[in-house]
Amino acid sequence: MTKQTTDPVGKSVPRIDAYDKVTGAVQYVDDLQFGPGLYYGKLVHSPHAHAIIKKVDVSKALAVPGVKAIVTGEDTPHRMGLYMQDRYIFARDRVRYYGEPVAGVVAISEEIAEQAAKLVEVEYEVLQPVFDPYEAAQPDAPLLHPDMAEYQWPPFIFPEPGTNISEHFKLRKGKVTDEGVDPEVWAQCAAIVEKTFRLPQIQHVPIEPHVAVARWDLSGEVTLWSPSQSPFAQRDLLAQGLGIPHGNVRVISPYVGGGFGGKAGISIEANVVVMAKAVKGHPVKVRMTREEEFFCTNVRQSLYAHTKIGCDKDGHVLAMETAYYFGGGGYNDYGVNIARAAGYSCTGPYSIPNVKGDSHSVYTNTPIGSAMRGFGMPEIHWGIEQIMDRLADEIGMDPAEFRRINCVKTGDTILTGMKMPAVDLVQCIDKVTEAINWGKEEPPSAPHKKRGKGIAIMWKAPAMPPNPGSSAIVRFNEDATVNVYVGAQDIGQGAFTVAAQMAAQVLGIPYEWVRVSVNPVDTKYSPYEWQTVASRITWSMGNAVRAAANHARTQILEIVAKYWDEDPADLDIKNGVVISYKSEREQPLKKMVVYGLPNENYEGWQGGPIIGSGKFMPTYVTNLDPDTGQGARAVVHYTVGAQAIDLEVDTETGEVEILKIASAYDVGKAINPDLVMTQIEGGAVHGMSSAFEGMFFDENGRLKNPSLVDYKIATAMDIPKEIHGDIVETPLEDGPWGARGVGEHVMVQTAPAIANAIYNATGVRFDDLPLSAEKIYRAIHAQEEQEQ
Amino acid sequence: MLHEITLNVNGELHIVPVKSHHTLLTVLREQLGITSPKRGCENGECGACTVLYDGKPVNSCMVLAVEAEGHVIETVESLAKNGELHPLQKSFIEHNAVQCGFCTPGMLMSAKGLLAENPHPTEEEIKHALAGNLCRCTGYVRIIDAIKDVADHS
Repeated sequence: MTKQTTDPVGKSVPRIDAYDKVTGAVQYVDDLQFGPGLYYGKLVHSPHAHAIIKKVDVSKALAVPGVKAIVTGEDTPHRMGLYMQDRYIFARDRVRYYGEPVAGVVAISEEIAEQAAKLVEVEYEVLQPVFDPYEAAQPDAPLLHPDMAEYQWPPFIFPEPGTNISEHFKLRKGKVTDEGVDPEVWAQCAAIVEKTFRLPQIQHVPIEPHVAVARWDLSGEVTLWSPSQSPFAQRDLLAQGLGIPHGNVRVISPYVGGGFGGKAGISIEANVVVMAKAVKGHPVKVRMTREEEFFCTNVRQSLYAHTKIGCDKDGHVLAMETAYYFGGGGYNDYGVNIARAAGYSCTGPYSIPNVKGDSHSVYTNTPIGSAMRGFGMPEIHWGIEQIMDRLADEIGMDPAEFRRINCVKTGDTILTGMKMPAVDLVQCIDKVTEAINWGKEEPPSAPHKKRGKGIAIMWKAPAMPPNPGSSAIVRFNEDATVNVYVGAQDIGQGAFTVAAQMAAQVLGIPYEWVRVSVNPVDTKYSPYEWQTVASRITWSMGNAVRAAANHARTQILEIVAKYWDEDPADLDIKNGVVISYKSEREQPLKKMVVYGLPNENYEGWQGGPIIGSGKFMPTYVTNLDPDTGQGARAVVHYTVGAQAIDLEVDTETGEVEILKIASAYDVGKAINPDLVMTQIEGGAVHGMSSAFEGMFFDENGRLKNPSLVDYKIATAMDIPKEIHGDIVETPLEDGPWGARGVGEHVMVQTAPAIANAIYNATGVRFDDLPLSAEKIYRAIHAQEEQEQ
Repeated sequence: MLHEITLNVNGELHIVPVKSHHTLLTVLREQLGITSPKRGCENGECGACTVLYDGKPVNSCMVLAVEAEGHVIETVESLAKNGELHPLQKSFIEHNAVQCGFCTPGMLMSAKGLLAENPHPTEEEIKHALAGNLCRCTGYVRIIDAIKDVADHS
């Protein structure tokens, strides 16, 4: 303990988990040792995108020496789901995507399980699949869930049984009917742009593939080890899906090797628990191969968006009509809530007086579309941010100025009728345009290259139920070091580090005195946390940590005040010492925080071991009208930001080289500025990469590129030459020290910013993702031919 | 079929029975308990399992364990000496080059291999050396900075 960082909030202290991560000491699930009693499992996947299961015959597979058990849909009669309870853990009557688990084989080795899995015989009656979300939403589309009316869902979700639509969110604001915005409003527009955009499904590609180990004890206690963003949500789903008490389910989650939303909710974990039930007392491990990771775990949804926006001659946006159809995949995990979030934020970060928005989640015969970094927002911003650019172009206004005029500002009544909490998006725009020499034409590096600049802005609210809770505990040790307990997960974003900073700040002790005792997160011992998703942890967990630390601090001050016969209001804790501003007395925390303080002549003692607990839950989110999406408070808050990009397009190859990405986000308060910067940098590269990524299926729904060779993510060779970040701090009313989240926002608008820069460079626009060198090359040359 | 082989890992000799088809990665992780090389793709595509093999970075998922006999294998576990972190480890901490940490051991071993061969690489040479090590969190920026810092100060 040589270095002592006092008042650490706002300081770039080193990550609390870094030492263990650079020495190889950190254990991920696959690193845990389970001894020779460990069994292994393999899933049997559906080879069809849509089919009726006629018969499952496991007899040949069961006969393989070393096979211990095989489970099928027969063993999983209860429907389960995060929002819509729409799936069986193993498919029963029907399969709805290529790769869906149909059976699970448990054996003494992974090799035996894999061989036996090939011997499970399943007879299918193949049905017509549907992949495109817009086609799937049509009345004559093949129906994936004929029994939808029987499913259970929460009251804020509006499915349409008898169709493939699992959620339809309606937003109506201003002069608008179900038919659309009033024609008189459109008549006032000097420019109107109407376009259709398509985005493919993409994959999170965490470097750690999904893995789960489960053990079902003879006593009925179930333990699941999984790299999870949602240990408590998994416990809840498992207890419900298996019909056992929550207290009998224990989810243990050590560090997560990359989440990005893919390890939120539930994917293979429930399958592994059911497999373990068949061999009680033995832990069973199932590891996804990289190939399985692509088609058998959750992915980002596809989107079909049809959007029309108009503005007057001065650049004021007057009207918007938009219809979003998210390709939800065979089942919903987060899917319905993604469509809902895209509905209540359907305008993007703009104040628009007249809006008709319809956002749908649609079942499609593709892998399960679920949460991915910023869910719903990167998808809808792709189209919105290109239309805004086109409108600015049409009326002859600078696209950055167009955004300054129209972007949401503090106190605006936004599309749902809610007042916009304090943010400064204009400052974000100013920062990125300044960083990139906006408006200054700069020469390309070679005659066959074209250089251009583009901008895009964004907003995103934490998309979640109205009342997700966090809790925390702080516990003093004899030497006044502190253990902080949270149920939040560190998925790389630095949650444990900021938890330690916040606790130290409140308790008046150096950062170095805090240990975060959450590895692993263990639902049996950790305080409750809804999920590590939605960029809500710094804000929500942070408030809980602050409350817990305040609880402990109050106890300490009361004990010492009583001891000194002073008022607690005159006392403070500085650098591990209680001080009185009145009497100038001092009392080190050391020892007293556990042993208390002796009375004079040791005639009795005061105090005792200090433990603080705290919680946080937003209590103010209101219901939205199902026909209009209007309500007093749709969400807790929004984080906003801007990105500007300077790039070159090689006209001979179609390749894009990003020279600079400048990002600015309003984070309220940077608890650890350098960790915010690492999110901004990593997000810029993730966002850039996402513009070039796509999952491609053949006509039978089989994924054609389930490998890192055929599905490319950005490597060190691909990154922008320069990545610039700015932090804007407009405090959030109920954020700890004013903080709000930024983990997801950093990639939301990167793809459209790139597209706008490509347009600026080449004059060519792209409505569909992914961008590819081939597509860009062809478009540039098609345009040149047209011009000739 | 089982083969009894001697593996030289982090300066220690291990006599270990291995199956013909098992990779060095599998034997390191599951028989020797050396878990810093991570299993990310088992196909030589992600670099999370990178170890030094006679001083050169290789994907341990692409080496059969039986082939590794007689070669010198180094993993992240060998970097810190007498409780003192290796300069690369220190630099990774100082530059916040670590997020989820899953790619970190492979990155460190690729970096060590690079600096052994080329003590003062350019930024382009560093990027090239890391091209086979995927990271989804950091955007590589801090990893490159951390390696450059060590190279500049050695």
